[in-house]
Amino acid sequence: MSAGAFMAVLRRDVLLALRRKSEVLTAVFFFVVVAALFPLGIGPELNTLRLVAPGVLWVGALLSSMLALQRLFEADYRDGTLEQMALSPTPLAWLVSAKLLAHWLVSGVPLVLLAPVLGLQFDLSTDALTTLTLALLLGTPVLSLVGGIGAALTLGVRGGGVLLSLLVLPLFIPVLVFGAGAVEAQTSGLGAQAHFSILMAMLLPAAFFSPLACAAALRIALE
Amino acid sequence: MKNINWFHYAAPQTFYGLAGKAWPWFAVLATAFMVAGLWIGFAVAPTDFQQGEGYRIIFVHVPASWMSMVIYLAMAFWSVLGLTFNTRLSGMMTRALAPTGALFAFLSLWTGALWGKPMWGAWWVWDARLTSELILFFLYLGYIALTSAIDDTRRSDRAGALIAIVGAINVPIIYFSVKWWNTLHQGASVSLTQAPSMAALMLWGMLLVALAFWAYSIALVLYRVRTLILQRDSHATWVHELEEVKR
Amino acid sequence: MRWENWSQFWHMGGYAVYVWGSVGVTALLMAVEVWQARWAHRLALRQVQTEQAVAQLLDDESSAEKVM
Repeated sequence: MSAGAFMAVLRRDVLLALRRKSEVLTAVFFFVVVAALFPLGIGPELNTLRLVAPGVLWVGALLSSMLALQRLFEADYRDGTLEQMALSPTPLAWLVSAKLLAHWLVSGVPLVLLAPVLGLQFDLSTDALTTLTLALLLGTPVLSLVGGIGAALTLGVRGGGVLLSLLVLPLFIPVLVFGAGAVEAQTSGLGAQAHFSILMAMLLPAAFFSPLACAAALRIALE
Repeated sequence: MKNINWFHYAAPQTFYGLAGKAWPWFAVLATAFMVAGLWIGFAVAPTDFQQGEGYRIIFVHVPASWMSMVIYLAMAFWSVLGLTFNTRLSGMMTRALAPTGALFAFLSLWTGALWGKPMWGAWWVWDARLTSELILFFLYLGYIALTSAIDDTRRSDRAGALIAIVGAINVPIIYFSVKWWNTLHQGASVSLTQAPSMAALMLWGMLLVALAFWAYSIALVLYRVRTLILQRDSHATWVHELEEVKR
Repeated sequence: MRWENWSQFWHMGGYAVYVWGSVGVTALLMAVEVWQARWAHRLALRQVQTEQAVAQLLDDESSAEKVM
């Protein structure tokens, strides 16, 4: 479990993603578009917008994550790098966790950074925006971690994209419920402590178990 | 313990015979329990003070909900077994369980909606238990979709096993969600340590129908596994020697 | 016995649509499931029989060739 191998995979994945900017930008752009179109569709009434904002922004983040998941293992699977990773002496789960981290850095962090800006369109208060950003900060890694399992299972399977969404959606829903719920709780004065605790409670086990599950799924796909 | 060969029935050939003999018995049990349960539920049990006759939906709704969860746990169990011992039969059991589980999850949602409309005034509410059951239904659909999409049976079984295990975390959440969130859905009326808060007859009706569903599921799953064995081992000599094939 | 006559039973205190909608769909879908399982089994049997027949034919052909 060398740090060197981890950093190497991390650096490689981030570099590759930055070189093929279009893939990354598609998912981020999708998030922006969803957030921008909803107010146009719902109408300018600020009270309504403030109510729907957490849900809309979270769903946007979710869908954007699903789009980004497709390319998590695809390229490496096709050119044989994944097989090499599986054969290497470094544990596959360790290398996978580097890939998942890279994926989150490239696809999740932009969402976290954009959310407060997009939230302004919905007239969210500063406190609400802070809560939203924090919730996304805790939640988007879970999306990458859990989504990675789905991506690994559907590698090279026909109908992959839709199938991936179907598989991963039930697992995303708790994150959505508590992530959006955190902002609503904060706005209504109840405080988002409980929601943050639960988001953390989802993040920590996911961070530990998901790479293991991904590695198992990848080995199944590679046979 | 030392002399029992636990893997004797893990061979499709032996299991085929065992399942063939067993499923009719479970079918009979299912019918008997169903008749008894429906008799108590619809002919004998008293009218509910608050809900009138409409409450009788619980005699199918609650057993369906229980089965949808139990079957998913069974799928997770066989999945763990299959991944640990690499037995083909485990994958077949999981695959045979899925459609019945999905059916019960759907029925739970359907009957729940038909119960909710007259009682709460809404076909659907987004409270924790209903939402979790909906998620469970999607988990079933996901398993069925994934295993159908992969052609290679070995990969299909193992991928399905993984998604079944990962999704199994959802099942306890459904059960405890009523405790965690105080919402519209009726609180748990049946517990292992406290006396049930509903009339004894109502409880018996529910339990009997639940047993009926359970026996029905076992019969159906055993029957389906036999079909899967036929499909997968169609080249084997023992299959060609079967009575039903030679006819 | 709760009911005085059949029409009371079917009426279900006004909840007929809901109660029979639930019980009816449950019974229907379970019946469909059973029918589907039997149909799939018969299909699998027929497939095995066809394979067997084809294998038999090929066997006969090759043994006939040997004789010639």
